[in-house]
Amino acid sequence: MSTRLSNGGRLVNKAKPVEFQFNGKRMKGYEGDTLASALLANDQMLVGRSFKYHRPRGIVASGGEEPNALVNLGQGGKFEPNQRVTTTELFDGLYATSQNHWPSLEFDVGAINTHFARFLPAGFYYKMFMFPRPFWKHVYEPFIRQSAGLGKAPKERDSDTYEHFYHFTDVLVIGGGIAGLAAALEAAQSGLKVTIFEQTHHWGGRAVVDGAEIDGKPADDWVKDTVQTLEGMENVTIRARTMGAGVYDHGYVLGYERLTDHCPDQDGPRHRLWRIRATQIITATGAIERPLSFAGNDIPGVMLAAALRDYVVNWGVSIGDRTVVVTNNDDAYRTAIALVDAGLSVPAIIDARTDGAGPLADAARAKGIRVEMGKGIAKVKGGKRVEGVAICLQAGEGAVIEEIKCDAVAMSGGWSPVVHLWSHCGGKLIWDEAQAMFRPDPSRAPTGDKGQPFVAAAGTANGNLRTAAVLEDAVAQAKAAVKAAGGKPKAGKAPAGSDAEEGAISPVWLMPQGAPIQLRMKSWLDFQNDVKVSDVQLAAREGFESVEHAKRYTTLGMATDQGKLSNINGLAILSDALDQAIPQTGTTTFRPPYTPISMGAIGGEARDELFQPIRKTPMHGWHEANGADFEPVGHWRRPYAFVRSGESVHDAVMREVKNTRRNLGLLDASTLGKLIVKGPDAGKFLDMMYTNMMSTLKPGKCRYGLMCNENGFLIDDGVVARIDEDTFLCHTTTGGAERIHAWMEDWLQCEWWDWKVYVTNATEQFAQVAVVGPNARKVLEKLGGMDVSKESIAFMEWKDGQIGGFNARVYRISFSGELSYEIAVPASQGRAFWDALLAAGEEFGVMPYGTECLHIMRAEKGFIMIGDETDGTVIPQDLNMEWAISKKKEDYLGKRAQERSYMASPDRWKLVGLETLDGSVIPDGAYAPAPGDNANGQRNVQGRVTSTYFSPTLGRGIAMGLVHKGPDRMGDVIEFTKGDGTFVKAKIVDQVFYDKDGEKQNV
Amino acid sequence: MKRYSVFAVAREALRYHTGWERAWRSPEPKKKYDVIIVGAGGHGLATAYYLGKNFGITNVAILEKGWLGGGNTGRNTTIIRSNYLQDPSAAIYEKARSLYETMSQDLNYNVMFSPRGVMMLAQTQHEIRGYQRTAHANSLQGVKTEFITPQRVKELVPIINIDGPRYPVLGALWQARGGTARHDAVAWGYARACSDMGMDVIQKCEVTAIRTEGGKVKGVDTNRGSIDCDKLGGIVAGNTSVLTEMAGFRVPIESVALQALVSEPIKPCMDVVVMANTVHGYMSQSDKGEMVIGGGTDGFNNYTQRGSFHHIEETVRALNETFPIISRLKMLRQWGGIVDVTGDRSPILSKTPVEGMFINAGWGTGGFKAIPGSGWAMAELMAKGHSPLTEEFSMWRFGEGKFIDESVAAGVAH
Repeated sequence: MSTRLSNGGRLVNKAKPVEFQFNGKRMKGYEGDTLASALLANDQMLVGRSFKYHRPRGIVASGGEEPNALVNLGQGGKFEPNQRVTTTELFDGLYATSQNHWPSLEFDVGAINTHFARFLPAGFYYKMFMFPRPFWKHVYEPFIRQSAGLGKAPKERDSDTYEHFYHFTDVLVIGGGIAGLAAALEAAQSGLKVTIFEQTHHWGGRAVVDGAEIDGKPADDWVKDTVQTLEGMENVTIRARTMGAGVYDHGYVLGYERLTDHCPDQDGPRHRLWRIRATQIITATGAIERPLSFAGNDIPGVMLAAALRDYVVNWGVSIGDRTVVVTNNDDAYRTAIALVDAGLSVPAIIDARTDGAGPLADAARAKGIRVEMGKGIAKVKGGKRVEGVAICLQAGEGAVIEEIKCDAVAMSGGWSPVVHLWSHCGGKLIWDEAQAMFRPDPSRAPTGDKGQPFVAAAGTANGNLRTAAVLEDAVAQAKAAVKAAGGKPKAGKAPAGSDAEEGAISPVWLMPQGAPIQLRMKSWLDFQNDVKVSDVQLAAREGFESVEHAKRYTTLGMATDQGKLSNINGLAILSDALDQAIPQTGTTTFRPPYTPISMGAIGGEARDELFQPIRKTPMHGWHEANGADFEPVGHWRRPYAFVRSGESVHDAVMREVKNTRRNLGLLDASTLGKLIVKGPDAGKFLDMMYTNMMSTLKPGKCRYGLMCNENGFLIDDGVVARIDEDTFLCHTTTGGAERIHAWMEDWLQCEWWDWKVYVTNATEQFAQVAVVGPNARKVLEKLGGMDVSKESIAFMEWKDGQIGGFNARVYRISFSGELSYEIAVPASQGRAFWDALLAAGEEFGVMPYGTECLHIMRAEKGFIMIGDETDGTVIPQDLNMEWAISKKKEDYLGKRAQERSYMASPDRWKLVGLETLDGSVIPDGAYAPAPGDNANGQRNVQGRVTSTYFSPTLGRGIAMGLVHKGPDRMGDVIEFTKGDGTFVKAKIVDQVFYDKDGEKQNV
Repeated sequence: MKRYSVFAVAREALRYHTGWERAWRSPEPKKKYDVIIVGAGGHGLATAYYLGKNFGITNVAILEKGWLGGGNTGRNTTIIRSNYLQDPSAAIYEKARSLYETMSQDLNYNVMFSPRGVMMLAQTQHEIRGYQRTAHANSLQGVKTEFITPQRVKELVPIINIDGPRYPVLGALWQARGGTARHDAVAWGYARACSDMGMDVIQKCEVTAIRTEGGKVKGVDTNRGSIDCDKLGGIVAGNTSVLTEMAGFRVPIESVALQALVSEPIKPCMDVVVMANTVHGYMSQSDKGEMVIGGGTDGFNNYTQRGSFHHIEETVRALNETFPIISRLKMLRQWGGIVDVTGDRSPILSKTPVEGMFINAGWGTGGFKAIPGSGWAMAELMAKGHSPLTEEFSMWRFGEGKFIDESVAAGVAH
């Protein structure tokens, strides 16, 4: 059984016991435990179920590579599925439940799948569930979906917060083992800005577990000294619990810091996402041990040899009383020695190599451990935990020589450098035959904007397994990085490392070498996704020869560990099946993140009200207090209508239209874009941006302008006012302000960079109010100030002056057809000005109105609205707006495009007015069918509605629409879809329904 | 070809699956084919398949520089829908959707077409009007869609936050027979069927030159030798401009990175596909339990199949708002693919200035859903010289100004 040892455990503080719950059972651990070590200390070997066959699963690793031991962690707003127990630090009150089983972890009905495993090989679902056809949706898929997934879906809103950091550094070192620390120290001594991250909360990596010596002292001491030195340096940023998650182009790196996962009651953000620009990146990310592929290697109690050692040395936890070690390299002997040193029994070391074991083997033998060379495990015995192993010849077919009773198996298939971060941005790998590993190819590093390499691997991550070589490499890489980052490396040598000599590894991809199918289909590669040796071989047999095909067909490496344990073993099996060398097979693509990172962290602070913050005009507060029914427009909220008590929204809109036409309406028009275009070439520039001629506009005058893109399509409209010789103020649509600003900058910066023009977005500098209706002039006169008579300021003119004591710029423009002044005041005066207008307007029947009233009034008047009459496919000519297109100009954006054959075709749909025969309102978006079907069997169409409203002024439905040859068909009656299969008849009429001669607005 | 069935699986189980044959052969290229398709992605394989199935043309090679299905076919978020606005789009996407309905049976390969329903959220008044318009258009195009209420949205997607706060859900365009399929299986199923018809699917065969004579296509040079053909189809999303450059003409296409990501798998909590265009993000849950998430394209051209992380941030942020529970899930993997985008965001299925050479390209961010329809139409175009489905998608439409612009209906990648 697994249990806590009385001695050992360099990371646990036995003076501080911690209580936690697993599946409702109360358990005890210590401060410094991971959930994994604590579970093992409580003899909880079985922690989960595999994905496909629901096989019993135990902890197999001790770090981020763990594929099996995932739990539902926490409750309520802190619930999180798929949390790896090996990277979860224990805290008091921790609450975890195991995943993917029903009804319980110990008795799982789904485990029946394991008995049908023979019928459920890789890709079985591609070959069946096809008949009868409806069964996929109604029977098969629901059934398969029920068994999908691992952890439960969270039910509540996340109660934690997250944040983002920006960080700039010359040298970023990822990994706080001895390589990372040595590299960081070396780089820091140059004076450059250095950052070092370690994903766990303890420094030193493997060296401190394995008892290496550095500069003549224990690695542990050297690590403590170095961390202390680094912490004391001003040019160094040092963070534990922070993982290098991804490397992107141009030295962009994601760091993932876990701030309160280990102390969830503490205030502050839970995770912090570091968004880093690093000139040089050193990945000192170590290596991950590979499992061996033998039958039953997935039974709880079979663990990576180094992980077993970690649990003994770091946490004082033994996995079993009797541990058989199985290996193809010398490193696993360290586990055997550590176990015996801890007073545990190691009945045998099964070494697949026939010879070549080094001094560690001698040391093991000297401790009385039996070493069997040239042997392998034929089969692990046991169900929910290991009961023993059957030994065979590695070179044979699995004939059992001997059975050994044991309750744990430590396996080591060699080491794979962690090359993920090196590879994310295009770093390439080479196959190191001698060490049986892929390692970074220094000649093909990720390159930056000038072709310079910007990532270097160091230490074990670079394929160095021995302490001395790790330190030398780390320091050399750091010196090179300092140079590449523009610094001067300090002279000096690497710390001297020493550890035990090791014999050569002998690659073993299948145990025994000639294992028959019965064993191969029990030899797991991907523990979580239940991919076995036989599955990869099946993929190869069926032609899934590319490593990507084999992965996708078998799901090898697609589990939450992304193949950290399984990929190399799997592609070795694939290579063997295809009779090709491993490098010829290659690896699948390494993609960020290194281990999964929370969506909360990716989103950062931008949640709730900080997610796309709402822009508010100076009058927004008044709107809120006065019944505004808001609609989102761009990032603003605009009042759709101001609803009074007892009114429906529709009632309010009708009232607002009637009142504005009869008396006086106020519109908060502050959201309209206001771009100031200034410079000697401003007129010339606007002549290009607009279809109209703007350069001839006189100061003091306004002109309505249309803007098209290069393809000739109408993209925005608005009134342009010439302020002075060099200055124009361009109004844009509310949603268009930022877009049109960017559009102007695009042309100025990329095409006409030598034109003397500046553009600035002054939208928020002004509050703007449209004062509309027959009483508009009266209210302004009452407020007093500038002369607003027709003689002083005619239609389409503007003037600066004072109104009621407010500095104001007054435009005589109208989007309603009524007498109308749009008045801009400084934003800070907006609310006061609004209040003043309301007070003064009381005797004139003033009422504010919203966007729907605005829409109806403009539609009654036949004015187009960008986004309604236009949709990115409409040119001004379609809207009968040739009058707004200057014939005198040589060019404007869209001119050439509008000359193309289809743009000039008489068959284009053109804008007309529409009146239903029965007075009803045509539904939004309705189409007008034409007789017959087209070649694709679709109903022919001859037009569509673009704007449709009930007009309170006319007491009937009115609409505008684009109709095939529309303007030539006045009086024709066509049908529009109602959306329920029926149609409504409408007559084609002039688009101006109200005050055709403009008598109302020009007074 | 040995047929796949539950009985075949059972039979093979008894002999430990040693009897399965290759899904597709791995032949050496012949000297000459009637038709060469460059690009063994979904569209290329589907084109070859319908050349054989509908027109009896089977002396066909499909050349692939990497591994078949390894481009955007194997990188997309597998959404299938046909609720497009413009007639030509609705025609080809609906053709595709209807072919997906029976694809598993047609190919004898379970592509797991799952018509679980696709909804596009309306979160502004403007979007409501846009989707209502689409629903009207679809009703005349024979595409079954409807505009549904926020309450119905909530019933279909219990984990959605319809109250905002930023953009409340005001309704949605709902296509009940839209859904997803297993993307790799689509490529594999077609490859197997093509191979079975005697066609040669040749992987790791990169076209290095296109040979022409008197303005007519003669064949291609590859890293595995020179191959002649009568007709050539270039169907190489993400590399179209590179290929047409070899043939001596240019196309109005820009290649940009589009990214996607998946969460770790969780138990089923969302059965339909949701697209939220105002906030820019879309999400579905795979049969494996992963939340499959996609967002927007990068603003610059590249070929690296990697994208900028800020797009991932924006997408995840949008979806954290839309589906608050996912904040506590973790991103398992992010990836990118290169999509070819045309001036009007609609594809090109067209003859070219080179006689005998055809291109099928520019599907932008939404090509997967079109695969069978695209193949069906392209095969007809290549076999007969014209197809009603490709009529409007000619590469010359840009010069004529005859755009098929869907931007009004879908402002987001999909």
